[in-house]
Amino acid sequence: MPLFHDEDQTMLADTAAQFMAEEGAINKQLRHWRDRDCPDGFGHALWKQFAEMGFTGILVGEEDGGMGMGNVEAGIVLEQIGRNLTPSPFLASSVLAATALNEGSADMRGRYMPGLISGDSVFAVAIDESAKHRPERIRTKAEKSGNGFKLSGQKSFVIQGASADMIVVAARTSGSDDDEDGITLFAVPKDAAGMEHDSVRLVDSSMATHTKFDGVELDGDAVIGEVDGGREILNKVLNAGRIGSAAEGCGVAGAAMDMTVDYLKQRKQFGKLIGEFQALQHRAAHLYSEVEIARAVTIKAGQLLDGGSEKADLMVSVAKAKAGQTAGLSVREGVQMHGGIGMTDEYDIGLYMKRDRALNEFLGDAYYHADRVARLSGY
Amino acid sequence: MADLDTFRAETRSWLEANCPAEMRTPPRDEDDTYWGGRNAEFTSDAQKAWFEACVEKGYTVPAWPKEYGGAGLNAAEAKILRQEMAAINARSPLSSFGIWMLGPALLKFGTEEQKLHYLNQIARGEIRWCQGYSEPGSGSDLVSMQTFGEDKGDHWEVNGQKIWTSYADKADWIFCLVRTDKNDKYQGITFMLFDMASEGVSTKPILLISGNSPFCETFFDNVKVPKDQFVGEVNRGWDVAKYLLGHEREMISGAGGGGLTSAIGAAMTRHAAKNGDELDPVLRGELAMFDVDALAYAAMGEKFLDEMKNGKGHPAQPNMMKYVGTELNKRRHELMMSAGGSRSLEWDSDETKGGKPSRNWLRTKANSIEGGTSEVMLNVVSKRILDLPGA
Repeated sequence: MPLFHDEDQTMLADTAAQFMAEEGAINKQLRHWRDRDCPDGFGHALWKQFAEMGFTGILVGEEDGGMGMGNVEAGIVLEQIGRNLTPSPFLASSVLAATALNEGSADMRGRYMPGLISGDSVFAVAIDESAKHRPERIRTKAEKSGNGFKLSGQKSFVIQGASADMIVVAARTSGSDDDEDGITLFAVPKDAAGMEHDSVRLVDSSMATHTKFDGVELDGDAVIGEVDGGREILNKVLNAGRIGSAAEGCGVAGAAMDMTVDYLKQRKQFGKLIGEFQALQHRAAHLYSEVEIARAVTIKAGQLLDGGSEKADLMVSVAKAKAGQTAGLSVREGVQMHGGIGMTDEYDIGLYMKRDRALNEFLGDAYYHADRVARLSGY
Repeated sequence: MADLDTFRAETRSWLEANCPAEMRTPPRDEDDTYWGGRNAEFTSDAQKAWFEACVEKGYTVPAWPKEYGGAGLNAAEAKILRQEMAAINARSPLSSFGIWMLGPALLKFGTEEQKLHYLNQIARGEIRWCQGYSEPGSGSDLVSMQTFGEDKGDHWEVNGQKIWTSYADKADWIFCLVRTDKNDKYQGITFMLFDMASEGVSTKPILLISGNSPFCETFFDNVKVPKDQFVGEVNRGWDVAKYLLGHEREMISGAGGGGLTSAIGAAMTRHAAKNGDELDPVLRGELAMFDVDALAYAAMGEKFLDEMKNGKGHPAQPNMMKYVGTELNKRRHELMMSAGGSRSLEWDSDETKGGKPSRNWLRTKANSIEGGTSEVMLNVVSKRILDLPGA
């Protein structure tokens, strides 16, 4: 498979680019909801439009009414989301939660997929338990109780947790905190008694929760996949979310770079366009190189993941780390090269800096993933 | 697709039958590769057998047409061959500036007669070529070069000096930029081909900081070059040179297939452990960050080739690849030196095979100078890709 988009993928990219630039534009969505202190941090009407475009069910199997596409295609949509900083439930619901639900029973898929595909439902995923991403350690416990389970513990960085109709929760059903095995994924409905959200607004104006589970009673049919067999599903969810975040990061990096290069061609100082200064040209050219590489490895890792390659785990971490490093470079150079105007709220470049910071942290930052690359490579 | 599956199966069994086990390990260094030429010697029977099998099959230049000594593979087949060779760590059977640089220039600018003659020689490794570009006063500003060929009717009389001529002392022929019109900077250069055994050609190896001498100064003192030995048009050699520099940049960037495709941290760690050493956690972190960048760059190399072969991608992209690839290679050798500790400082011990770590480390410093410096590459990206003003 060549490492560029085929005809269908190019069409999808064009469609997503036009849609996000028009309907998902910064003034229409991000600033609009931010300036109104929206408790969701996104617009439900836009989410319904996502559904009309066919984006919501992009990873959902065709037998469940979805598009049955892969992570490369989800990444194409996410790159455009990143370019426009479009706030939506797409990453949490259509990528992370959908990947978990794809592993669920027909009954479970029938319960949740139609709402996702129609854009009526929003789902979240609860994995992290402290301020740093450490999914190897899961302390939240689910103990047998009657025909079901009783869930206790707490989760952090649950994106859109307070808006979600259902939260996928990774909990321990056996073994000790650091064990590979003994994990089970649960689909916890929003009205479950004993679940309490502490909602926080993040630096990028997205909403997340610290969520407590105080003896939350769940039926046996809340289990996704097999009891104690959740690690494998969790890894699939993480891979999908990480490559999706990398793709969104490539969009953030690319758009911030484009804004900056445009600015270099407009702003005059010392009687010259600042883009004539070699000190800035070389930094812009270096940034261009990094953005190209981040995009290449993100497509590569997406293809490996969709193809079921044994190298997918490694390359997904390479892509998440590289996209994170690159988007970070792009927004830092962006703000610096914009000078004073880059520090103002009125100008968009700062919004890219904020989004990059949150996206980088989500599902493991570049340090986490570089460490993982080392471990997977045997050192 | 079925055809490609068949091709893959055939390629795999051909490699199985023809690539000796000794040729399924990376070459130790530049001396351990076969360069061909009039005075070439094989360093092992396995190297000879592998080379001859590849010549027979057209696999020294798989994508060249069969009539020029290639195998006539299309882009998809060539990619499969590269993948299958990489899967068994098969070495390149022939290293050659003829393959990497002159060949592509002849394929684009040569006459049919030139292609039949020179390309077949290159494919069979009969003639070893060197490149005469840089001059003492013309490095990054190559087009200012002064070596002059005076029109003497049936031949040019060439006088001047080239520098950084890779392996000029071992080469049989040279492709060389010679000024044929002093009044036109860009359209006054001719791309000439001539025999290094011609009267008036002399070479002098340059001792480098690595202690090795892969480059030479090359002197031309009234060298007679027949008037039919040029590529493209007289006075339009700069077009050929620019085209060729693109190929050189691809080659140096490692995008041509010799790139870094696997993590180095594990090998460094194992090697240290053999000596009872444990790498510092901060060094391990640096190695991990390097491996992220190197593996990402390998994906970029693959994308770059796929795009080039399908006519996509920006024509100035090789400059970006060259910049990143060479900077990564320098970083790799810095890390290898650090991981190797004091052992890697040894200059001529048996244990280090004559100071390979330190000499190779020093050699890499030229990567971002030769074939266009990193700074020139960034200039080109600024101007041609980002369209920045006045660059």
